[in-house]
Amino acid sequence: MADVRRVISILVENESSVLSRVSGLFAGRGYNIETLTVAPIPDTNRSRITIVTKGSKRVIEQITKQLHKLIPVYKVVEHDEMVEKEMILAKFPIEENLSNIQALCQAYNGGIANVGNNMIIGMVTDEPCRIKHFIEATKRYNPIEVVRGGVVAIER
Amino acid sequence: MKMNGARMVCEAIIAEGTKTVFGYPGGAIMNVYDEIYKQDGFEHILNRHEQASIHAADGYARATGEVGVAMVTSGPGFTNAVTGLATAYMDSTPMVVISGQVPLSLIGTDGFQEIDAVGISRPCTKHNYLVRELSELPRILKEAFHIARSGRPGPVLVDIPKDITAEIGEFVYPDSVNIPSYKPTTKGNKRQIDKAVEAILKAKKPLLYIGGGTVLSNASDLVRKLALMGGIPAVETLMARGVMGYNNPLLQGMLGMHGNYSSNMAMSETDLVISLGARFDDRVTGKLSEFAKYADVIHVDIDAANIGKLVDVDFPIVGDITIVLEKMILGLEGRINPERYSDWRDVLNRYNKLHPLTFQDSDEVIKPQWVVERVGKLLGKRAIITSDVGQHQMWTAQHYPFDRPRQWINSGGLGTMGFGFPAALGAKRGHPEKTVINFTGDGSILMNMQELVTASEYKIPVINIILNNHFLGMVRQWQSFFYDNRFAETDLSYQPDYKGVAQACGGIGYDVTTKEEFDKALEDAIAKDRVTFINVAINRFENVLPMVPSGGALYNMILEDQKEEK
Repeated sequence: MADVRRVISILVENESSVLSRVSGLFAGRGYNIETLTVAPIPDTNRSRITIVTKGSKRVIEQITKQLHKLIPVYKVVEHDEMVEKEMILAKFPIEENLSNIQALCQAYNGGIANVGNNMIIGMVTDEPCRIKHFIEATKRYNPIEVVRGGVVAIER
Repeated sequence: MKMNGARMVCEAIIAEGTKTVFGYPGGAIMNVYDEIYKQDGFEHILNRHEQASIHAADGYARATGEVGVAMVTSGPGFTNAVTGLATAYMDSTPMVVISGQVPLSLIGTDGFQEIDAVGISRPCTKHNYLVRELSELPRILKEAFHIARSGRPGPVLVDIPKDITAEIGEFVYPDSVNIPSYKPTTKGNKRQIDKAVEAILKAKKPLLYIGGGTVLSNASDLVRKLALMGGIPAVETLMARGVMGYNNPLLQGMLGMHGNYSSNMAMSETDLVISLGARFDDRVTGKLSEFAKYADVIHVDIDAANIGKLVDVDFPIVGDITIVLEKMILGLEGRINPERYSDWRDVLNRYNKLHPLTFQDSDEVIKPQWVVERVGKLLGKRAIITSDVGQHQMWTAQHYPFDRPRQWINSGGLGTMGFGFPAALGAKRGHPEKTVINFTGDGSILMNMQELVTASEYKIPVINIILNNHFLGMVRQWQSFFYDNRFAETDLSYQPDYKGVAQACGGIGYDVTTKEEFDKALEDAIAKDRVTFINVAINRFENVLPMVPSGGALYNMILEDQKEEK
């Protein structure tokens, strides 16, 4: 069976050990995590964990079922119709061309986040596949550091 | 009512109706033991090793169907318990384990006897808790028992820091549980059940594939009813021995790696597998692509994750076996005709005559299968049978006439050597009126032999029958078959004096080399009502047969020994 990429969104009780239960399940059963983000849902005692994973259809089905079995998990949404965004911060040397970097970031829904006396920090937010292109495109400006934020997603 | 956390633990155990708790004290759990000392709502049995405490609570739970309770201290007390937790987890035993923990202020400081119990036990418990506030304790205890026994049962660990068991607070034990994120599906989807019923009516060669879930769901009577009303042949997994009853003509036997010929052939030729609480374990299926390859599959399981995990399922039904079977039987009533499958039954009967489950008995040396069948003949349904892990486990599963569920207790999923003896103690405490026999080997029995002391102190007269071949027999068998007779570290020729060991610990020992001696020893052991070792010298190179080589198709069985290996 061919591997497919899936975004899995998990609603959990916001308690101390819940992230280790989820990540431990992936590690223990040999499932793959490409990105993982987690944050509390406003005005509730719940959190949302968004995981991007790859696996065969059977593995993806097992992942959702095994997640469901965890006691603090309310809901597992595994959907192929998700709006996905990922944020990225990139640091460039001050010697690079600021306006070119700014134009590049703007092309990916972003801009210049900060300019210091020895570096430029760009920020973009875009779909995961476009983020890959952005990282590719930054290379000509000799990035010092690139920080990816992981995917967040919401059902369409 | 105001009380300390330790007393709350005791009150919860009493409220849940547990009569026997197995455990071992230590620094971090001392507050609870102090309260145990003061109460008389339950008895506490001091095993001589924490692992044995967990297995004993496990055996108690499996024999009675109630939640087993065990108690250990922090650090090594807890880590010793891990094998027990994993054993219970793999076989879905309802159990609550209370562990002490260092005080909250010391957590994370590598304190004396501190270990991350919740972190270590996460993959081998159904759920676990670290109690952080006394006010949470009553709710957590209530939830622990509820989670342990509901849905697919399993062990739950409650790790309690020492300052919380000392702290005093208000205790009100909740009447009910409300966990919004935990609602097991029990009823089964009606449309799927209807479709499954139609599939059974259309099938020509249906087969009931009965797993341990039928025992956990107490569904034996319904399984037998379904089989009988349809004349549907059945096979049992290792965990389901006894569900159909040994003398049920529809029962082919146990399937899998050491299943009998007609069971494995039935699975290979069926056109409809009706899986009830079984999980397509690799020791059952052999080569997956050849397993039941001509069949559609109905899979009833309370754990949705078991369905479609290994085998594609045509009729998935998530629910409690008892509830689903009641509906299924209602749907089949008056419509199913046992005559429809008579050709199928004839085929299987022919297979059974062609290669019945048998063994070559001997007058010179005791055959292990003879011992099992002999005990079956003498004690039959009056006994509860536990076992350790290895050849003796398979011989017992194959040859003992199991009559009812919960009569057979063994570590199937994890395959834990050392399980049988402490589990027998738990089973005997749960059913004092029954004779409890532990079939074990000369390898397994050493891994919890200290329980002789426990059994003597508390007068728990279980009978350990050591089928002694001076080998780690099952590994030796694989070495014979697949490793060209290189017996790496499996030769146990250096033996302890089993009889002497039993006597030294307050029990009785027997060394047996003939059938007559065995009969006498067993009779004496039953009469003496004390813990016993019956050390039976058996044929050294006896193999467990039939055998499906690991990874092979079920229909490719080694049925008898090759000449040179005799």
